[in-house]
Amino acid sequence: MSVSVKRSLAAAAVFLLAGSAALAEEGKIFGLGTVATPEQIAAWDIDIRPDGQGLPNGGGSAEAGEEIYEFQCAFCHGDFGEGIGRYPVLMGGFDSLTAERPEKTVGSYWPYASTVWDYIYRAMPFGNAQSLSVDETYAVTAYVLYLNDIVEYDQVVDQSNLADIEMPNAGGFFVMEGTEFEPYEPCMSNCRETVEILGKARVLDVTPDDGGQAPIE
Amino acid sequence: MTDKTKRGQLSAQTRTIAAQTSASGSRPPSPDRRRFLTGTAAAGAAGLLGSGGALAGNPDNLPPNVPDWSRYLGVGVDANPYGMPVEFESHVVRRNVEWLTATTESSVNFTPIHEMDGFVTPNGLCFERHHGGMAVIAPEDYRLMINGLVDRPLIFTYQDLLRFPPESRFHFLECAANSGMEWRGAQLNGVQYTHGMIHCVYYTGVPLKTLLNEAGIKTSGKWILAEGADSSGMSRSIPLEKALDDCLVAYSQNGERLRAEQGYPVRLVVPGWEGNMWVKWLRRIEVGDKAWYHREETSKYTDLLPDGTARKFTWAMDAKSVITSPSPEKPVLGEGPQVIKGLAWSGHGKIKRVDVSTDGGINWQTAKLHAPVLSKSLTYFTLPWSWNGEEVLLQSRAIDETGYVQPEMAALQEARGVNSIYHNNSVQTWLVNANGAVDNVRLG
Ligand code: HEC
Repeated sequence: MSVSVKRSLAAAAVFLLAGSAALAEEGKIFGLGTVATPEQIAAWDIDIRPDGQGLPNGGGSAEAGEEIYEFQCAFCHGDFGEGIGRYPVLMGGFDSLTAERPEKTVGSYWPYASTVWDYIYRAMPFGNAQSLSVDETYAVTAYVLYLNDIVEYDQVVDQSNLADIEMPNAGGFFVMEGTEFEPYEPCMSNCRETVEILGKARVLDVTPDDGGQAPIE
Repeated sequence: MTDKTKRGQLSAQTRTIAAQTSASGSRPPSPDRRRFLTGTAAAGAAGLLGSGGALAGNPDNLPPNVPDWSRYLGVGVDANPYGMPVEFESHVVRRNVEWLTATTESSVNFTPIHEMDGFVTPNGLCFERHHGGMAVIAPEDYRLMINGLVDRPLIFTYQDLLRFPPESRFHFLECAANSGMEWRGAQLNGVQYTHGMIHCVYYTGVPLKTLLNEAGIKTSGKWILAEGADSSGMSRSIPLEKALDDCLVAYSQNGERLRAEQGYPVRLVVPGWEGNMWVKWLRRIEVGDKAWYHREETSKYTDLLPDGTARKFTWAMDAKSVITSPSPEKPVLGEGPQVIKGLAWSGHGKIKRVDVSTDGGINWQTAKLHAPVLSKSLTYFTLPWSWNGEEVLLQSRAIDETGYVQPEMAALQEARGVNSIYHNNSVQTWLVNANGAVDNVRLG
């Protein structure tokens, strides 16, 4: 018997012993897979929630994060989070959400500080993800929040207080109730009096030359 | 050199490579376009499309002559162990819009839906959207972890997944930002660019429910977090109800194993819901009692309204349709008989009906839906039509089995303004000019 078959049989046995009401009702248990060890889970389970669940032990201030930001983030996001080229802007845009051109940033739009920590730790710096230590992540998170005037320069952000940081747009999101458009029987003939062309994409001329429109002579 | 500077330079290098890659991305004009140009020259004073725009061809190959391929042996088997499309179809490719994004690793390209006959997307043409480039993972190095509020956290190998009873289904995947450039007006003059962030393939995989069962969901479990193994660590919260309903942990598309760019070896399929949730290179499922509010469900994929508040959790893709031919890429090549062709879909079930207008929405005719018409899948529609050589305004309007009618842009703007980016499912208008060329236009 191969090791893996033995292991999965053992796993199945453990599982059947553990049992659970929900499972008894549900479909068949196959006993495939192996039990994930606490070390395996700890290494892969990196997600953080708004209530702070998942935050590891550690901390850091914007003061400590400044250097990390300069070396590892400013290249794309700019010294002040203003964004270089088309790289995301990380700062500002306050009171712009109702403007003609809203600027959605960590400061103006993100509802939770936990998301900043989670995203930086899992995905940044772009091209070298999951390379920051826990303390470095706290520090650079604090720095990005500091760029947005959300924390003080020397304020230590840590496992115990990150979830309490109030983001300016925390109350900005809601779940739509019901449906947007009710069903109806659409009109089939003489549905409108006139038709007016307001704009043409060809005039705007932002379509790549490759593919897209055929030319008009 | 300190460790820090090294890291900084690594990023710089990544960026340079990205810039180079995108700079070399240009291709020769598509045959369609060449044909169109040839047609223009040939037609000359006689009018652009009088002859029907047909390619002249080499007279040696046309009747009454007998072409070479009828005399001499063709290519033997094994010339291409994995067959590729014939050279004359080399213009049928995914394309991107360089100015949209900073790098090609966090970017998107578009399915050439104007070249699709039917509702199935060939694997190599399915649009790509990566947030940290395409990961390439050997199956033996693949693991799927299930943890959180479960009786028994588990790790599955690729082979483990293949041992579960599979399920197979067609589903469309549409990026929530498909048509997202078009909110304020007609922007991109090509249906590949306005509507090409969509594909529809035949998935085979294990129902997510089967795997969650295997781990045993605790009664407090209400949500799952799906997480990818790529360098973006893509993560989305999905309500448990949906996870147990129709989600698949898929390893196959259109009868072959997933393409790397579609998440090989394993991706999540979340039927009818926005493409970002269909986490590729799926490495972990965590069961929890609350949503995680990660970056892709706060900063992105929330719909900003004119009053500054934003809708969250707008997961389902509402009914939508588009005419793929005629379209800016598919000009009308002559007066007389034509077929209007297009695609329709709904994240809420089956397409019930598609209406087509040739006069900008004054009058409508019902198109033919081609079988099979499947739930949360693309549906192919056609309508025979005769062009009289005058300007016409083409539109299509989908109605799904819930009775929902695809809205006009005016109705969408009324409900959401112009800054919500996502979920633009409005009726698209194409102007067929008197010379047969087609324009993306916005009607008032
Ligand atoms: C090589 C360029 C690069 C570097 C260096 C980099 N980033 Fe990023 N950053 C990006 C890109 C590209 C995105 C968008 C990724 C996507 O589209 O999913 C991004 C997104 C972000 C976002 C989310 C922005 C939003 O509004 O959604 C944050 C926050 C962020 N980066 C923080 C950082 C921090 C902190 C560092 C340094 C530790 C860093 N980045 C280093 C390129 C970079």
